[in-house]
Amino acid sequence: MNRRDSLKALGLGTLSAGLLLEACKTETKKTAEEAVPASGEVPPGRQPFEVERDKKLNADKFFTAAEMATITVLGDIIIPKDEKSGSASDAKVPDFIEFIVKDIPEHQTPMRGGLRWLDLQCLNRFGKTFTDCSKAEQIQMVDLIAYPKKATPDMAQGVAFFNRMRDLTASGFFTSEMGVKDVGYAGNAPNKWVGVPADVLKQYGMENVSFS
Amino acid sequence: MSDLQIKKSTTTYDVVIVGSGAGGGMAGYVLANAGVKVLMLEAGAYFDPAKDSQQLKWPWESPRRGAGTTRPFGDFDAAFGGWEIDGEPYTTKDNTEFSWFRSRMLGGRTNHWGRISLRMGPIDFQPKDGLTDSWPITYDDVKPYYDKVDKLIGVYGTKEGLENEPDGIFLPPPKPRLNELFIVQGAKKAGVKIIPGRGAVLTEALPGNKDRGACFFCGQCGRSCKIYGDFSASSCLVIPALKTGNLKVITNAMVREVITNKEGLATGVSYVNKEDMQEYQVNAKTVILGASAGESARILLNSRSAEHPGGLANSSGVVGRYLHDSTGSSAGGFLPQLMDRKRYNEDGAGSVHIYSPWWLDNKKLDFPRGYHIEYGGGLHMPSYGFGHGIQNMNGMVPDRNGKTKEAGGYGASLKDDYRRFYGTQIGMAGRGTAIARWDNYCEIDPNVVDKYGIPVLRFHYKWAPDEIKQAKHMQETFQEIMHNMGAIYGPPAGPETNYGLEAPGKIIHEVGTIRMGNDPKKSALNKWCQAHDCKNLFVVDAAPFVQQGDKNATWTILAMSMRTAEYILQERKKLNV
Repeated sequence: MNRRDSLKALGLGTLSAGLLLEACKTETKKTAEEAVPASGEVPPGRQPFEVERDKKLNADKFFTAAEMATITVLGDIIIPKDEKSGSASDAKVPDFIEFIVKDIPEHQTPMRGGLRWLDLQCLNRFGKTFTDCSKAEQIQMVDLIAYPKKATPDMAQGVAFFNRMRDLTASGFFTSEMGVKDVGYAGNAPNKWVGVPADVLKQYGMENVSFS
Repeated sequence: MSDLQIKKSTTTYDVVIVGSGAGGGMAGYVLANAGVKVLMLEAGAYFDPAKDSQQLKWPWESPRRGAGTTRPFGDFDAAFGGWEIDGEPYTTKDNTEFSWFRSRMLGGRTNHWGRISLRMGPIDFQPKDGLTDSWPITYDDVKPYYDKVDKLIGVYGTKEGLENEPDGIFLPPPKPRLNELFIVQGAKKAGVKIIPGRGAVLTEALPGNKDRGACFFCGQCGRSCKIYGDFSASSCLVIPALKTGNLKVITNAMVREVITNKEGLATGVSYVNKEDMQEYQVNAKTVILGASAGESARILLNSRSAEHPGGLANSSGVVGRYLHDSTGSSAGGFLPQLMDRKRYNEDGAGSVHIYSPWWLDNKKLDFPRGYHIEYGGGLHMPSYGFGHGIQNMNGMVPDRNGKTKEAGGYGASLKDDYRRFYGTQIGMAGRGTAIARWDNYCEIDPNVVDKYGIPVLRFHYKWAPDEIKQAKHMQETFQEIMHNMGAIYGPPAGPETNYGLEAPGKIIHEVGTIRMGNDPKKSALNKWCQAHDCKNLFVVDAAPFVQQGDKNATWTILAMSMRTAEYILQERKKLNV
């Protein structure tokens, strides 16, 4: 079955299938890095200022090598590899975090300061920075800041930092190709929506829901 | 020395239209198809959804994963512009608040709107409570145009026979998603009326139209549609009108003012071309403003002359007055019974699948006008923000072993939580009638210009108890619906936030600044949206609205613009304009 036939089989009329194939002719799948165009070129639907801005953000560097190392370790503690998918660093989450703090600068000070706060805590407790700590020491530290409700008041700044770090890691991981596959998002493809599948309706006893 | 000069065109167009959105686009479509020579000026870039839409891109194709850093509704959204535009400021007065959304692109805001397409009803045009002025026209005057818009553009919905929610000529609506079935049950239990949505999406091929494809259910109308399966003024009006050969569009043309002659009639407009930064004047026999409620009022107020000292079409002093945006307040939660749900594609249509039209009698309530509720939720494409705040959710439900977890955490069990919660969320947003008031207005700021040297708008807008009490009622309703569907949710927004009432302008339904009316002392436009003071000047955006209902403005803009354009055609035949 060719693509046109498969689109038709999905319930798209000839006209929709044809228009969609036409519209997608020049589309090739690109990763975020490849999506950055050559200088002066503005891809369809982007505004020149956006292209310039992305170029500048990609050229800038915010985190130091040491900060990136800590982000990588923390990211993999938050989202480790399991039987279903890889770890945060496998999905290039640290690169995403480097980009997003430049893109959304309100993350910068809390992230930089939070990383420093973490290192100071580790220096005081273990005489080493976070990345130099043993795995057990790292986990011991993370346990103090990963549970907002049971964390002690003196850990409040660490909790706030870890909440942000957890959020950015989740955003970075579950919007990667690996993460989207992991979570099982099944859309972004031409189809005919005919309602909730029968087995799902049955599972929730929703077969007979009506508006009136 | 500067070589700046004003380049005056020698051509005289039949009509010049300022703006290419729902209003300008529809007027251009009707007039160009009738053989009238039209020039359309758009302040932003050319935009054709077929080529420019970011539809079907995956989150990882955006370095910010779809975050709304440069576009208010996300990196893939079609909106060029926003509440803040570099070099185009606006100000506020007396510590009041107004957020002014400007679109800068062919088709305007219709490229990214929610496609929620509601007719205003008989009571919206002729309110029975005496609180606000009646429109100079009735629902029956507008109905034939709503019908024509339905047929020309396509809208899904169901016939319900509700007095103030008039039925249209509908395509079939999309079926509810799973979360929406829970919402339907919860709303019914709470005594809240709920019906299928009404949206400008072609759930089936549009009869007689070969240029537009039917929806393929990616749920991404906000990105605009490559096959024109939803309504954008670019794809459905302006681009088809260009094919007649009677319409010329100049993009990046920021209009400064309407030029008038000694008789006080409009002779054309002046604009700055944002590409070469030169000044231009174009001539036309008729001038139509469709630049948006704020921008059209700004152009009129900046068009001062000896004949029109208070600004054009403003001998009444109403231009800029009666500004009103819909009220908005929202809430959300999640459905624990949907944890670990089966995965399937439920993107659906990119407009609402279900909604609640206003269902109560205001005589029995402490606020004068109603609201509708829009709902959402489901297995949507992950983007920036996915899983944020999980520490507020994962301590509230038993884990796979039936034990309540400590909130937050990390590691394999946290990773599993993200999967478990995916697709459980629900949201609801009220959109209500705000009262049109003389005291809520925009005017020209005497001290500030934008980067083109055009004096900017200054806003003065305050919510009154009518709107605040309405938002309180919304919050109470949301709590009741969520309770009845077995959701887990937080407390209602309280008085410290005016019950979650958004700042005026945030809902992007601002209307009313160049109101219609039969009395030239109290209105700027007559019942054909023709200026009382200048018979060859018309306004076709939402500025003429006397009083908006709780309904989103677009469908009424389209119907009213079509009506005005057809009136212009009649008047041209009679040689009146």
